[in-house]
Parts: sequence; C-alpha cells; structure tokens
Amino acid sequence: MRVVSSSPHFHSKNKTSSIMWNVSIALAPASIWGIYVFGLRALLVLVVSIAASCLTEYLLGLIDGKNGLIKSTLSDGSAFLTGLLVGMNMSPLVPLLVAIIASAFAIGIVKWIFGGLGQNWMNPALGGRVFVFFSFTSLMSNYAVPRTLSVVDAVGSATPLGFVKTSIAGGALNLSPTDLMNQAGYPVTHFAQNIASSTGISPYAIDAFFGNIGGCIGEVSAFFLLIGGIYLCAKKIISWHTPLSYIGFFAVLTWLFSGYRSGLGFASGEVLTQIFSGGLFLGAIFMATDMVSSPITKKGQIIFGLGCGFFTFLIRYFGALPEAVSLSIILMNMVVPTIDRYIIPKKFGTVKKVREAK
Amino acid sequence: MPNDVLTFKRGGVHPEDRKYLSSKKAIEILPTPKEVIVSLSQHLGAPAKALKAKGDKVVKGEKIGTASSFISAEVHSPVNGTIKAIKKVTLANSVSCDAYVIEVDQEAPEVDFVKTEWKNKTKEELLATIKDLGVVGMGGATFPAHVKFSIPKGKEAEYLVINGVECEPYLTSDHRTMLERAEGVVEGIMIIARVIGAKKIIVGIEVNKMDAIKHLREVIEASGYQIQVQPLKMKYPQGDEKQLLSATIKKEIPSGKLPLDIGAVVSNVGTCFAVYEACAKNKPLFERIVSVTGECIKEPKNVLAPIGTKIGELIDFCGGFTEEPDKIVSGGPMMGFSFYDLETPIQKGTSGVISIKIENIAPQTACISCGKCVQACPIGLMPTMLYRNINVGAYDMALNKYSLMDCKECGSCAFVCPAHIPLVHTFKFGKKMARRKK
Repeated sequence: MRVVSSSPHFHSKNKTSSIMWNVSIALAPASIWGIYVFGLRALLVLVVSIAASCLTEYLLGLIDGKNGLIKSTLSDGSAFLTGLLVGMNMSPLVPLLVAIIASAFAIGIVKWIFGGLGQNWMNPALGGRVFVFFSFTSLMSNYAVPRTLSVVDAVGSATPLGFVKTSIAGGALNLSPTDLMNQAGYPVTHFAQNIASSTGISPYAIDAFFGNIGGCIGEVSAFFLLIGGIYLCAKKIISWHTPLSYIGFFAVLTWLFSGYRSGLGFASGEVLTQIFSGGLFLGAIFMATDMVSSPITKKGQIIFGLGCGFFTFLIRYFGALPEAVSLSIILMNMVVPTIDRYIIPKKFGTVKKVREAK
Repeated sequence: MPNDVLTFKRGGVHPEDRKYLSSKKAIEILPTPKEVIVSLSQHLGAPAKALKAKGDKVVKGEKIGTASSFISAEVHSPVNGTIKAIKKVTLANSVSCDAYVIEVDQEAPEVDFVKTEWKNKTKEELLATIKDLGVVGMGGATFPAHVKFSIPKGKEAEYLVINGVECEPYLTSDHRTMLERAEGVVEGIMIIARVIGAKKIIVGIEVNKMDAIKHLREVIEASGYQIQVQPLKMKYPQGDEKQLLSATIKKEIPSGKLPLDIGAVVSNVGTCFAVYEACAKNKPLFERIVSVTGECIKEPKNVLAPIGTKIGELIDFCGGFTEEPDKIVSGGPMMGFSFYDLETPIQKGTSGVISIKIENIAPQTACISCGKCVQACPIGLMPTMLYRNINVGAYDMALNKYSLMDCKECGSCAFVCPAHIPLVHTFKFGKKMARRKK
C-alpha cells in the first residue's frame, strides 16, 4: 500500500525507548558496584523497586487504557528507568515496603496523574525518594557500610556528609572535614591511603570517588556514575551543560564559602570530598538531566544547573536536613516552565541593531 | 579560502545520503512518450494563462501558456502533437490545476533550435529571453527566474551564489548536471552574472561530490572566468538559500527578507543550465533531468525527460519496481511530496522521483522535551513549543512568540524526533489555520 503523508519521508534511528534503555545501561556500572559493595540485599532492593514501578505503570495503563486517556508506556522503558533510579536512591538496608511505596508514588502520583510520560513537572524517581524520606526518615537514614571498608563501627556507619554535619553541629570548630574525620578515626581503605600519601589528596575524597563510603546503593561511586555520564554524552542523549554547571558551581561555592560553617573563613572549603560524596553525581548526571523535567535549551540547562548547584550548597551546609541534591533539583524543576518561557534561542537572521549615526 | 570546507553554523542534521544508487549513472534520454500532461502551474505563483484550445496542433517549444501576473511564468510544449484535452489534474504536491493532455505526433520532424551568441546581447535582452522561454528555479521551489534576476532599483547583487549542494538524500540530478553539462552550466552562470551585475561568483558544492568539484574547476579554468568553487561539509539543509549563504558568504538573511537584501542572488546549477539553453540556444525550458531512484527501483537512473511525462513511464524506463514501495516521493525524502497516482506528471521542479520503504518505524510517543528538535532547527526555532501551541489551538502564540512563519519545513526536527511526532505536518496545518484566522 502506498502511503501519502507529510514530509519528511526519512527518519533517523532515534526512539524514545532507546533513550530510556540507554540511560538504564549507563546506570548499570554504578548499580553493579552498589550490589558488589552492599551485597545481594542491594540487588533485591533494586529488583523490587523496578518490579513495583513497572507493575504500577501496567496497572494504571489498564485503567486508563480502557478510557483511551493515556496509553501504557511500559514498553518504552521509562517505568523501568524510574524503578531503577528509585532503587539506586534507596539505602540497601531499607525495608522492601518502603522501596515499593517510593516506586508506586513515583509512577502513580508524580508521573501518572499529571498525564503520564512527558507531562510530569518533577523527576519521578526523586519525587518517590523524597516522599519516602520524609515519611520514613529513620529507616531511610540507616546506611550500610560497604564491604570494602575494613573497620565496621558506629562511626563508619554514618555517611561522611552526615558525620561532618553532626560533628560541626556538636561544636567541632576550626577543623576541615578531613581533619575531623581523621580525628574520629573514620575508616578509610588502604588503597585510598596509598594514593593519598603520594598525592596529598584527602583519602576520604578518594574513597568517596571510587565508592568506598556508606550511602545509597547507586550513589556511592562517583567514578562509575561518571563513566555512565560519559557514555550518555557520547551517545548524545544528555549534554554536558547541566552536570558541569551544576557540579562546577557547587564546587566553586563550596571552595569559597563552606569554610565559614566551621569557622575557617573564606576560600578554605574542601571541594573534592564534598563533590564526590552524597548524591551529587547521581543527581547531576542522571536526575537533573531528566529530559522531561529539565529545560529544553542549552542556555536554560546551564541556568538550571547553576540553580541546582546553589540550592545544593545552601541545603547541604546550612540546611537542617540532608537531601540537599534531591530537594534542590526538585526546587529547580519547578522553575523549568519559566526558564523555557524566557530562554528562547536567537532566531536565524536576527542581527544586533546598529545605532544609526545622526 | 577556496579550499577550506565550510558549512553553516546553526542546527542541521546528517541523514544518510544514499546517492550511490544513481550517482554513477550517466544521464539517459527518455524515448518520447505517447502522451504528456503539461500543467499550467509549473512554477511558484499564479498559474499561466492557457493559449491553446482542445484540438490545436502544437510543436516542440511552442508557447502554450503565458504568465498571468508578475510572479508567473511561460509554459512551452515539450513535444510535437495535438492537444487532446484540457483537464484538471492533481500534481504530486496535491495541488489541483488545469493541464494540457498532449498526444504526441511521433512522425513530426524534429525541431531545431538556433544557436545565438549571448555575449552580444544586452542585459535587458537576456532577461527578456529568460522570461520568454519560461525559465524557473530548478531546485524545487520553481520561483520564476526572470523575477529573481530583476534587481529592483536601489538594490545591488554583489554576490551570485550557485547552488550545487543537493543536500537531499537520493537525488543526483544536479550532480550529473555538473559532471556532464559543466560547460553549459558555466556559460549559464556568466549569463546570470551579467544580468544581475554580480561582482563575485561562488559555487557551493558538498564534499560528497568531489568529482563534480574537480570537474567544474577544470572547466572554469579552461574558460578563464572568475568563478570560485567552494567545497562544503555535508549537512542538511545546506541547499536552502539561507543556509547556503550563511555557509558561503557568512551572512544571515534577516527573517522575512530575501537573499537580495544582503546583496546576493542564489541560483541552482540546473537553472544555470536552463538559462544557458535559453540564451545561447533559444531553447525553452521543456525538459529536465530527473533522478529516478530509491531502494524499490530496479535500475536507478538519471533520466532526461520532457516536462509532463507520467511518472509511471519513468519508473517503467528504470525497470519498474523490485518490490512495492511504501512511498513514492516527488523530490527528495526530506522535503518532497508523497503521492500515489503513477499518472502524475513531472514538473519543471521535479528533481527526482524516489520509491522507498518506510524505515525506522516507531510508535509516536509523548514529547519528552529532549530538545533535539531545538538543536536541529537551522533557523533557531523551538519546534516542540510550536507543536504544543498548535496542538491546543494557540496559533497566535505559535505565530508571534515562536515565529511559526519562519519555519521553512525542512524537516530536520521531525527527522531527529525520538518520539516520532509529525512536527512538519503540524506546522503546515498550523500555518494554514493561522492564515485563516487573520
């Protein structure tokens, strides 16, 4: 049968589903590392999250598919990706029910009631995580110690960020985070110590970079997240604009101002430990670049990244609660429609008006 | 620098060019068909006024339609024969118009066209010849050439940029023209340059046609003319005059303006050859080279065919289909028109007829705001915002805030869209609705 339709009659190989699956592939190294350091329990959390997310999508699809409102988008891989991200944002010790609630909330409330794929204003996985964090705060803050850290004690079970924050709140002044952790005997791997002694970098930064710290399943290894990010950039699925402006601006603010909270003054912040720990890399590379809830234009993405960096800085150093990355990305998600309204690319053929000589 | 490979800055996409199917095939002449259908709307603008009636005899090159307004063009008979009927036909672009059905008289003697020396003619005489012999832009838009080459008072055409880009996949008619008819093309360029008074002449050719670049340079050198051949990187839509000028002379045409507003005239290589035939051989434009190609064609060819040849006959001349195509397209796959009726005649602007299978099919999904369309748009528009606004009927918003009318439907956005949203289709619809509302 001959088809008559509008041009173009040629299409690239781009597909929504291939974007979604590629992001999942890019997350694989970090999740495998999480499973390796936290054990099979981590795998179970990931599988349950993904299953819960896909099931929610499927069930809602049954209801709305009948009404012809929203077609099920199970096949395009977006529900799988959301489930994976929710799982990666869970501590490996979290009760499975919490993971299920987070996934169901992410798909059902954050995504589906706004109209399904493409319509949600907030990153679904982040929405799910923040929802369960504030509902089950103590369960969510129970972090496991990675198997690569030799010493297992009460000190080691806090994440470096949490540990430093509580110490400073407890009155430990005039000490940099590394000194603080040194004093308390925070565990560190031999590998990191070896590198640290030869380069002078804080061993905690090295451990944080490679993923030898406590935290959520997917966020611990900045290194493997970075590999995923480079893969996505190479595939042209994300661009460097958001992650770089986010992490870069946060690093600058950290270096300049984070010293104030422990009384060390201007431009004395420790940058590396800060950017590699917590959910910053996971957030900056995979959550802030979520296409649906981030700006369309490159300029807008840079503004978005700067905003995320600013709010992460504020919440991480001066906020009462953790969750700096999730909250700042959600805050900026709210601004996206406004950014998209005002940041419009310069049209071809618009030239600067030359003032005419009189 | 002539040897630097240039391109335009913003946006653009890289479709597979698929030109290998017909790029090595020399031009073949189609045996005169038994019947041709010559429409009176061969060009952009008002259809020509019919000069003949049913039953009249016509000879090859005889004028059968005359320009009915300023933007219109003459139409000539491509064959010797008798007018069997004047009827409404539907062209490949779904436009319906009056057309002559001419029965060909195979016995009639061949008409000879008298050669003249164009160098002895004045500017005005050359322009009158171009108008009288029905030359229009051969790149696809079919803008009447005499209108384009009439420089209004107060304007100056410093540059003449010749378009040998042929950025659409599959098409090779311009490529073959440059290889096999280079001498004529170069003469045509010089005629146009004299008519418009251009000081600098640049021919832009994409680097997938290195043989054409080399050959044209040799011919130009032998002729002693001052013409620069500029290689260009492969990028769609470089063949659009906006992108071509941005690549070659580094100037952007302001929104809603013409190339002349930045001192340039753009002309296709096919047009140059038609101008040469008109001014140096007195031969009206009544035939053209058509690339008959695509995966479903048995033997892809570049065919020299009279205007009005039925597309079915061209396809038969190329051995027919190997398998039933999903789409038959007049023009290139990015901007051409798909149609179903093989009785449809070719026009002055039909650069190719391609028969293809639909590839990379995927279901349409919701827009996920990935922004690929924004990056691809060579004009710097936001296709996704246009789409959203048109979809909810906010035509004013699409028109005023997102500059709908600046869209030239090149298809780059729809080509890259991972959600397979029919963006160009929506924009065409939106433009119609916006015009209706005014």
